[in-house]
Amino acid sequence: MSTETVDKPVKKDSEAFLSKRRKKIVTDPLNDDNPITIQVLGICSALAVTTQMKPTMVMSIAVIFVIVFSNLTISLIRKLIPNRVRIIVQLAVIATLVTLVNEVLQAFAYDMYKELSVFVGLIITNCIIMGRLEAFALANKPYDSILDGLGSGLGYAWIILAVAFFRELFGSGAIFGFEVFEAIGFSADGWVGFDYQANGIMVTPVGAFFILGLIIWVQRNKTGYVEN
Amino acid sequence: MRQSNYYVILFSVILTVVLGGLLAATSEGLGPIQQKSIELDTKKQILGAVIEVTPEMDVIETYNKAIKSEVTDYEGNIVTENEKGEELVAEDVSVEKQYKKAPEERLYPVFKYYGKDGGEEIESYILPVYGSGLWDNIWGYIALDTEGKIIKGAVFAHAGETPGLGARITEDQVQARFEGKELYNDQGELVSVKMLKGESNPESKLDEHHVDGMSGATITGNGLNDMLKNYFKYYQSYFNKKGATATL
Repeated sequence: MSTETVDKPVKKDSEAFLSKRRKKIVTDPLNDDNPITIQVLGICSALAVTTQMKPTMVMSIAVIFVIVFSNLTISLIRKLIPNRVRIIVQLAVIATLVTLVNEVLQAFAYDMYKELSVFVGLIITNCIIMGRLEAFALANKPYDSILDGLGSGLGYAWIILAVAFFRELFGSGAIFGFEVFEAIGFSADGWVGFDYQANGIMVTPVGAFFILGLIIWVQRNKTGYVEN
Repeated sequence: MRQSNYYVILFSVILTVVLGGLLAATSEGLGPIQQKSIELDTKKQILGAVIEVTPEMDVIETYNKAIKSEVTDYEGNIVTENEKGEELVAEDVSVEKQYKKAPEERLYPVFKYYGKDGGEEIESYILPVYGSGLWDNIWGYIALDTEGKIIKGAVFAHAGETPGLGARITEDQVQARFEGKELYNDQGELVSVKMLKGESNPESKLDEHHVDGMSGATITGNGLNDMLKNYFKYYQSYFNKKGATATL
């Protein structure tokens, strides 16, 4: 008989469903570690799709979907992925999910598909997603990876929605296509007596730079973040 | 840990099969729904050239009431059968596929608008147009008066023009610029309608053959001009023949 004693596997206390650490995974990218304003990633789509709220909303949902599920997938197979081809594997997973989003849009929201098709395709090269897979999902458990994807996705979403809000409001005088300025009286027969003159620069990507710059300024002023 | 080449290859093959299978299944499953969406969208665009299509509108029902269609060839003869002897339906003629053939060999669908609730007389002819933008193809539907000389409405679409720049051809404001413009000059020559370079051109430049352009989208604008001129020429004999029969 062997004299070796076998240690009973110690069962670790399972972490709370939304422990402090996990909450931090979700909330950090919203502000302190925002992918757009702090990490300065995903700028291209932030400038391009944000002329109106509606397509921006669809884009946000698409990115959140892709980032959450690619994080989950990579995390699930992280121990199987050969290190030498990991970037290609990540790209393949992202590209598959993006194509799925495109197919679903084409079937159920054809107008959005037409409007966003170029940008949805470009989610594949969105640095935020690749960055999260490389930095988080490859080394963490599936549930944490989902939370991380959700955090980063929401962090991306609120910034582009904020940019779109100001661009659509001042560029087209509307929000979600609803003519705000006309509704509050900016029209020839309203109390102001003249139409709201749309600000053309807001419709161009230059306008997005202004808004994004202002958001970054306000945010860094509040959080005191300084680039090293 | 460094995996063997064999493992890397096996992993890649399995991943490709799984992801490829998933995509194939989705594409296969959603195919019919996508086809319906495309059909609905085409009918929306055709109607959009003559009336405002609202979200509440039953597009298919309005279309069936308002539109009758036929197919013509380059010489303006009405074609009713394809090469296999099957009946030709204008809605099924893919302008995109026809575009790949030489203009003389193409089939040209014509959509005749009889009024929103369907009347006795044709109110306008709606012609599909197809061409190249900056990044990809562009297309559209142009409504002409019964003589085929004045534009009554236009709808454009694109596959990949830049949003905010070339993609603006889909905006109502840009499309409305074409309304009322004339295709022929006083000598009866086809001059088509041209979009000018740049935006906010002075009124003096915007005669009956010119419309205002789009800032920063010169190449899309040029593509649009070529597309219109080409297709107005292709449909010229159709309208010429119509004119001849009308005076008989």
